[in-house]
Amino acid sequence: MGRIVRITGPVVIADDMRGSEMYELVRVGDEQLMGEIIGLTGDRATIQVYEETTGIKPGEKVEGTGRPLSVELGPGLIGAIYDGTQRPLTVIREKVGDMIRRGVFAPALPREKKWDFVPRVKKGAEVVEGDVLGTVKESKIVEHRIMVPPGVRGKVLEISEGQHKVEDVIAVLETSEGKKNVRMMQIWPVRRARPFKEKLEPNLPLLTGQRVADTFFPIAKGGTAAIPGGFGTGKTVFLQQVAKWADADIITYIGAGERGNEMCDVLVHFPELKDPRTGESLMDRTALIANTSNMPVAAREAGVYTGITIAEYFRDMGYDVALMADSTSRWAEAMREISGRLEEMPGEEGFPAYLASRLAEFYERAGRVRTLGSDERFGSVTVLGAVSPPGGDLSEPVSQNTLRIVKVFWALDTGLAYRRHFPAINWLTSYSMYINNVQEWWKSKTNEDWKSLRDEAIAMLQKEAELEEIVKLVGPDALPEPERAVLESARMMREDFLQQFALHEVDTYCAPEKQIGMLKIIMEFYRNAVEAAKRGIPVEEIRKLPVKESIAGMKRLTAEEFAKQYRKMEKQLREQFDYLLRMKRAPAAEDKCSG
Amino acid sequence: MKSREYLTVAEVYGPLMIVEGVSGVAYGEVVDITTPDGEVKHGQVLDAYEDRAVIQVYEGTRGIDTFKTKVRFRGETVKFGVGLEVLGRIFSGRGEPIDGGPKPIFEDEWDVHGAPINPSAREYPSEFIQTGISVIDGMNTLVRGQKLPIFSGAGLPHNELVAQIARQAKVLGEEEKFAVVFCGMGITHEEAAFFINGFEKSGAIERATVFLNLANDPAIERILTPRLALTTAEYLAFTQGMHVLVILTDMTNYCEALREISAARSEVPGRRGYPGYMYTDLASIYERAGRIKGRKGSVTQMPVLTMPADDITHPIPDLTGYITEGQLVMERELHRKGIYPPINPLPSLSRLMKDGIGEGHTREDHMDVSNQLYAAYAEGRDIRSLVAVVGEEALTERDRSYLAFADRFEREFVNQGRDEDRPIETTLDLGWELLRSLPESELKRVDPKFIAKYLRPK
Ligand SMILES: Nc1ncnc2c1ncn2[C@@H]1O[C@H](COP(=O)(O)OP(=O)(O)OP(=O)(O)O)[C@@H](O)[C@H]1O
Ligand SMILES: [Mg+2]
Repeated sequence: MGRIVRITGPVVIADDMRGSEMYELVRVGDEQLMGEIIGLTGDRATIQVYEETTGIKPGEKVEGTGRPLSVELGPGLIGAIYDGTQRPLTVIREKVGDMIRRGVFAPALPREKKWDFVPRVKKGAEVVEGDVLGTVKESKIVEHRIMVPPGVRGKVLEISEGQHKVEDVIAVLETSEGKKNVRMMQIWPVRRARPFKEKLEPNLPLLTGQRVADTFFPIAKGGTAAIPGGFGTGKTVFLQQVAKWADADIITYIGAGERGNEMCDVLVHFPELKDPRTGESLMDRTALIANTSNMPVAAREAGVYTGITIAEYFRDMGYDVALMADSTSRWAEAMREISGRLEEMPGEEGFPAYLASRLAEFYERAGRVRTLGSDERFGSVTVLGAVSPPGGDLSEPVSQNTLRIVKVFWALDTGLAYRRHFPAINWLTSYSMYINNVQEWWKSKTNEDWKSLRDEAIAMLQKEAELEEIVKLVGPDALPEPERAVLESARMMREDFLQQFALHEVDTYCAPEKQIGMLKIIMEFYRNAVEAAKRGIPVEEIRKLPVKESIAGMKRLTAEEFAKQYRKMEKQLREQFDYLLRMKRAPAAEDKCSG
Repeated sequence: MKSREYLTVAEVYGPLMIVEGVSGVAYGEVVDITTPDGEVKHGQVLDAYEDRAVIQVYEGTRGIDTFKTKVRFRGETVKFGVGLEVLGRIFSGRGEPIDGGPKPIFEDEWDVHGAPINPSAREYPSEFIQTGISVIDGMNTLVRGQKLPIFSGAGLPHNELVAQIARQAKVLGEEEKFAVVFCGMGITHEEAAFFINGFEKSGAIERATVFLNLANDPAIERILTPRLALTTAEYLAFTQGMHVLVILTDMTNYCEALREISAARSEVPGRRGYPGYMYTDLASIYERAGRIKGRKGSVTQMPVLTMPADDITHPIPDLTGYITEGQLVMERELHRKGIYPPINPLPSLSRLMKDGIGEGHTREDHMDVSNQLYAAYAEGRDIRSLVAVVGEEALTERDRSYLAFADRFEREFVNQGRDEDRPIETTLDLGWELLRSLPESELKRVDPKFIAKYLRPK
């Protein structure tokens, strides 16, 4: 048993800690606060404490637990809200009231609750790690698959059925090391990635229902994305939109060092929203980690691992999991804060030298995999990280190290946010490295050449940016008409396609078929407009076409309404341009246009 | 914990001192320090070793020596009395009454650091507070339990604005218990007097508690002052069921004190010399706003900060913006034009307005009007800077209408009297009035059904 010799903020130094291990979980002080060993020199241990340390004194004891910081994995995760060390916040509230007190314990998974276990294997079956022993209907959406834990294989001697608690033995296996009891609940150290058979190339899009992502800068299932931006540019709203509408089976949402009211927002609004695929409450597929900015920083540091371990566990069942981490910068700052207390040699901007490797390790836990188990199961963890760069300037270490790793970059732009262009994702600086991966999906699903359309749209917006530079020097009047037609169409693309108001009851989600339909119409308008302008139609005339109004109204149509309207709009568009050209040839139209 | 006394000050530097030969000192413990001239100061343990403690001294270390200074460890963490008697009273930045009245009788003593509200215990804020100021109510709506700071600059009228909000703020159709907790950090006598006189004139002083750390008071004390104020606010809100508006001014001075301590400890600095933990420290203040399920009261925070060199990317506004639920940004250019309040709505934001406006809260068209005003004003300002280069002749008709809109918007919508209290309907109607000057096809942010109803009402 060790003895505290120093306390400085969330860091405690203890002596007489011989026999302890790095990353071992310890109980600190008379109140037995939870801590983790993050440094060992001789028999002196450096401990990060997951709870407030005020009032703790040197001389108080420190006890080892012999275990690393771990999470409980089993039925009960869905719909739960945990702090960074997986303390269940609703249970904690029942125990100690509305304010979080320290030194309170509660198991992450409810111990008394009984689940209906339906076996999948029979007595006598040979099973290996990852095999599904049986299932539990955890929520209306989620079938929780109880798996043989990693590293275990053998013959099923006994298998249960019916009502069980998480700690109950649901199967007994005959293994090479003797009999082994398998319980519903697994325990897994958070800092160790869960094993799988093989990592695969992500080739399916994670559809988010957000046009700028799905159509322009798609993320693949099992991929990684970062969304950096200054305060108030829309990171949280965007991640929450993805959490709501993505076609994932499971959502793990990590609030790391952010606002209490945002977590409350999720808790209040998710249950009311319906998953577009199943029609059930969105909360029925979501697990939350909430370690807000005013909760202990060490737990913030741990929360990211807690979250990704839960995500991997569901992936292992064969699910597509999407994980949001808001914000990875606050997580990095937690590392900085703790490292600063250790008086470690700092790296750039005071961040610890291991910042880059920690970020890389975290994103590396994303991926589409062939899971353990003898049946062919595929699962994925898609990781989306918010980055909060100081002053919105991406030249800082967290942004830079993140951008070296992730494959999708959604660049938020303060200027766009100020003018309420939401999502404020800059279409010129953002990128996705999954374009080729997901191209095939679009082809087979919509029978459209999504990639060409998208490339053409981006080229048009690029052209707009160049023209804007000229306008800034000489004014809009000086541009030739065809170029003004580009500006007009690009504006349409921005306002009627890229802008997507999260709070609009219909436009909050846009199905992929509708996205491509909208894109086609706008690009059709663009081609026609430029062509018409080349043939001498003034842009002022094009601007007055009634079809523009229908295009502006596309967002407000449900997918079904849009599908019905689509042909009509296409026709309307063609006819109206034809009309302009015909009028141009007829002399009567000349006067009208010359104004 | 028992109290113990030592004469073993080993070192004094900046706002810190080190006491040696101690034992059983708790992290965060309070100490009383008696200097050789008999002056009593107060401090708190920042780093606790077995036989040594690093202490931050709230009143500054002047007069402390290494021979005769007595240090008494009080055996407890920093606490402050709570009770209804604090209403109508003025305290120093350390919590001593300075209004000449007796020491209030407290009902209890609370740890000034508070405890984090369990996120699952929070009630999502959704009650509209009408401030009577169009640019706030219409476009950056404040709700009960929100933390909405004012980003200002030296010489801008943030004090007038805050005083006006404190005077006019109300929740429509309700007579509920409210209170104001005012926390001045490093402000001048004049500023303090301006607020106190204002509270006295409006009668609000009866329902106000004032904490004052003035510019010539010890800087380190400012670390404590907002925590006293928030402890008081939490008591009034969550124990007494009051709706409490907390004004914290000026957070820039608070952050300077934080930097001073960090520098004295030779900590590795973060950006521009501010400590790496400033985000977490500020969060421990700002996150003490909110509502709690099943409890009546609320804590609404309105922090004020002056942006050094009007720079919004400076760490103080930057980290604040990353924690608070929006910000109201004052702009020198608008101020020079004589617009009051000189709030530029574009960089301003209220993240919580979404649940506090619309049907049943304000009016059904509120969100759309607000969005359209934003978009139009942004466009107007872009065109204004374009005109500066290419001249007005080069503009199209559409551009001209935006240019005119932006001017009117500033003069008629943003600008208002220092005593003018506009009801929300007036604000929204005014918004429509301005939008009417734009071509209807430009109003894409508004649902067509509202165009019919509000833009061209019969
Ligand atoms: N897609 C959207 N639709 C509508 N409004 C949006 C959208 N995205 C962002 N907003 C608006 O912008 C505000 C700020 O967004 P958000 O809270 O996501 O910013 P953030 O980048 O997470 O900021 P911070 O770093 O401070 O947490 C929201 O409160 C909302 O008003
Ligand atoms: Mg955010």
